[in-house]
Amino acid sequence: MTDTASRELPLQEIDEVIIRFAGDSGDGMQLTGDQFTSISAALGNDLSTLPEFPAEIRAPQGTLAGVSAFQVRISDFDITTPGDAPTVLVAMNPAALKAQLHNLTQGGALILNTDAFNERNLEKAGYSSNPLDDGTLDDYRAYPVPMSQITRDAVAEHGVKPRDAERSKNFFALGLISWMYTRPVEPTFEFINTKFRGREQVINANTAAFKAGYNFGETAEIFEAHYEVKPAPLAPGEYTNVNGNTALAWGCVVAGQLARLPVFLGSYPITPASDILHEMSLKKNFGVRTFQAEDEIAAAASAVGAAFGGALAFTSTSGPGLALKGETLSLAVSLELPMVVLDIQRGGPSTGLPTKPEQADLMMAMYGRHSESPLPVVAPRSPADCFDIAIEASRIALKYRTPVIVLSDGYLANSSEPWLLPDVDSLPDIGVEFATEFNGTNEDGDGIYLPYLRDPESLARPWAIPGTPGLMHRVGGIEKEDGTGNISYDPENHQLMVDVRQAKIDGVDVPDVEVAGDVDADLVMLGWGSTWGAIDAAAGRLRDDGFEVAHVHLRHLNPLPANLGDVLRRYRAVVCPEMNKGQLSDLVRARYLIDVEHFGKIDGVPFTTGEVTAAVRKRLEELSGSN
Amino acid sequence: MTDTSITPTTQPGDWASDQEVRWCPGCGDYSILTAMRMLMPSLGTEPHNTVFVSGIGCAARFPYYMNSYGVHGIHGRAPAIATGLAMARPDLDVWVIGGDGDMLSIGGNHLIHALRRNVKIKVLLFNNQIYGLTKGQFSPTSEIGKVTKSSPMGSLDAPFNPLAVALGAEASFVARTHDMDRQHMMETFRRAHEHDGAAFVEVFQNCNVFNDGAFEGVTKKQNRDANLIPLKNGEPIQFGADGEFGVIDESGCARVVHTAEVGTDELLMHDESKHDPSTAFMLARLARGPFEPTPVGVFRAVRRSEYAMASTRQLAAAQEKQGPADISQLLRSRGTWYV
Ligand SMILES: Cc1ncc(C[n+]2csc(CCOP(=O)(O)OP(=O)(O)O)c2C)c(N)n1
Ligand code: SF4
Ligand SMILES: [Mg+2]
Repeated sequence: MTDTASRELPLQEIDEVIIRFAGDSGDGMQLTGDQFTSISAALGNDLSTLPEFPAEIRAPQGTLAGVSAFQVRISDFDITTPGDAPTVLVAMNPAALKAQLHNLTQGGALILNTDAFNERNLEKAGYSSNPLDDGTLDDYRAYPVPMSQITRDAVAEHGVKPRDAERSKNFFALGLISWMYTRPVEPTFEFINTKFRGREQVINANTAAFKAGYNFGETAEIFEAHYEVKPAPLAPGEYTNVNGNTALAWGCVVAGQLARLPVFLGSYPITPASDILHEMSLKKNFGVRTFQAEDEIAAAASAVGAAFGGALAFTSTSGPGLALKGETLSLAVSLELPMVVLDIQRGGPSTGLPTKPEQADLMMAMYGRHSESPLPVVAPRSPADCFDIAIEASRIALKYRTPVIVLSDGYLANSSEPWLLPDVDSLPDIGVEFATEFNGTNEDGDGIYLPYLRDPESLARPWAIPGTPGLMHRVGGIEKEDGTGNISYDPENHQLMVDVRQAKIDGVDVPDVEVAGDVDADLVMLGWGSTWGAIDAAAGRLRDDGFEVAHVHLRHLNPLPANLGDVLRRYRAVVCPEMNKGQLSDLVRARYLIDVEHFGKIDGVPFTTGEVTAAVRKRLEELSGSN
Repeated sequence: MTDTSITPTTQPGDWASDQEVRWCPGCGDYSILTAMRMLMPSLGTEPHNTVFVSGIGCAARFPYYMNSYGVHGIHGRAPAIATGLAMARPDLDVWVIGGDGDMLSIGGNHLIHALRRNVKIKVLLFNNQIYGLTKGQFSPTSEIGKVTKSSPMGSLDAPFNPLAVALGAEASFVARTHDMDRQHMMETFRRAHEHDGAAFVEVFQNCNVFNDGAFEGVTKKQNRDANLIPLKNGEPIQFGADGEFGVIDESGCARVVHTAEVGTDELLMHDESKHDPSTAFMLARLARGPFEPTPVGVFRAVRRSEYAMASTRQLAAAQEKQGPADISQLLRSRGTWYV
């Protein structure tokens, strides 16, 4: 950037780097990571991100509880996960170092803001001696940088108060990392200008801090090289970078367009689902009505009301909220009205780990309602897939007039990846027709409307909305007579209705599963939802090591794809990695009597590729030993 | 008050569904149903533009008996279901029917929030001071000490005053009527219907099986003169066969007096449009229970921004500012790059 580059450092080409920015929650690490991601995306790298926030909004400064981190992996090849362990850790203070050092690969690079390593901060982080010089960092390549001081000096001329000056130090870090990985600087200047529009002083300070960081890399003579990660061979086209929650929100908005129905979202704020409510609230120009309800029950109930009125209705939440919605969902099952529930799973039980992912709501989604209350369940496999899954869930809901649960999780919610934008014209038409005419006759031969007269194929009931002349009818949670929908306590009718509600869900048109990888392998990895990236990457590693392994990943969890049993039976071993105590494993075992081997982990951290690889490799070795 | 310009296009019979009404013989719910069916033709609405939404309870069976659209929901959640419906379809007439348990116990939260939001729903609370459908447990409006199957030694719970709850929730329309006076019910429901916002009406309703005569002290013909205080907008609050009783504001408390002793001029003038709800609140709390002089009629009717329309205005404003729905633009809103 400076035209007085003092020395020529070698430029090394590397195929990937995994950087983790870590600092105090007030240090702007998410912003820094986001911006680094954007620049890298524009350069054509493949990438995957993993933000990590503390559960508290303003945990005490400088403490372990207050550490906020953002991991980004960029590569010149196709990747599906944010990477197991960072190769570069940027630690803005001792707490960040303490909380994150164990993640760093042996020999990894460590960029430290030495100014923050004062006695007070060391104590707050629980260090009894200074890790900068007590040998703690011997296994790593540590680069001490007085970030606060240089930032203060750099911004001084812009008239920023010393106290505020330091707030630009995340831009110093971004500048330094941008230099290290030869990222262009212009996009960041533009970003700063847009982000802080109207606040000249802030713009100048951040720009100066960024430049100082960049120049520091070039001139400080502490780095041996800088690096280049070439673009990945991504499919040609137009890309954007989305996280799962944004993609899910957009999917809901777009589903309304594809169905030509107004969208309604009833929601009550809860981590990690709130951003869906936020994002959809910004889309009012699409006719999207968002309703921040008084609780999750009202959120679900309002969606039922909106659906009765003819809207494409959604309700978004996380596990504790889904528990509250149970009775209302069972009402929707009984009323046979379309609606989509977005459950962004988090660690539990109870409040559990609000900001950490888990896949332990599967059984609740399947069975967490009283009585026989079946409904379809689907799960996205990647952040971008969240867009498609919202449309697929809406399609099923509308076609079969049923509530559908989408199981995303805190990992997909916040993790992002490049998304090849779909051709808008190729998106499916998911529109359905409202009933507008009589569909039966009474004893006198007069036309009548039978709200529970089903389509013989889909078993869906007609959907007549208020305002339609002549089709006035009442729906309710009390058992209904087949056809008329009138209250009925008749035993045979109840049996029939229970059977038919089940048959309708069992008959949902779900595509067959496809086997990825080595179809003829001995072992198949069975996954669902967000574990896709780690399982897929593990399959790649195992194959590189000469193993054969297959991968089946479920997007539809209820009903299960028709060929699933047959496919799984072809393998000697079925290993199911999931972030729970064996919920999909149990479902598949019960359903197909297949001895699924559960491989679980519930520590609030997504599976790493290494973990899946190791577990499956062990199993593969056993299998080949027993050949 | 009655709008005579409306030529009815329906008859009361058009509003009756083909379902057999299954309340106990003699239940007060019947007379409320009749009043509603008789009122409907004069409101200028059509059955297909009308929706009755309810929760669970005897009262909540109401939608099945009206030949309109209807949702018989789940216990307590009717105001929330109706809120979603009214937001999605501001063009409809949405009525919410429920009992005292439904709306003040399990659904109390939804009721107060629907009222404070002022979403255009007409909430009729059939107060029988008992859980009817579950066969007679005390309810949140039962008097303290009530002996029921679940309170053999008398209930310990102090009751809610439904009108005070509604007023506390900033309801913009609050009224009370009773199942023994069809005309009064019809007039009160009409006023609720005309109100542009959430309307809350408490209906004293006799459960002749589990709490018979709970309101007799005020609603029985021979007790009405002495114990029913009809609120008339713009008139002094006066009751008794010859207006011999009246209500005064005694430093913030409503008190019943002999009109002759204070003079008509000293009586409280009823002003339902008063923005400050204090007077309405004071009147709502005049009677400690349905055994002493109790006001009926419209306590409060004030104008306040209606929720669904306000939401519609936001949609329009967003369209104006962000332009019409454009999927392609949406997908590019976070910036894109080409590979
Ligand atoms: C979730 C749930 N809890 C409890 C019940 C049982 N239940 C049905 S109606 C009712 C109370 C009814 O009392 P109220 O609302 O006053 O109506 P009423 O029958 O008196 O008209 C109860 C407790 C239920 N149906 N659902
Ligand atoms: S139990 Fe009471 S409220 Fe219910 S129908 Fe019978 S009389 Fe009416
Ligand atoms: Mg009751």
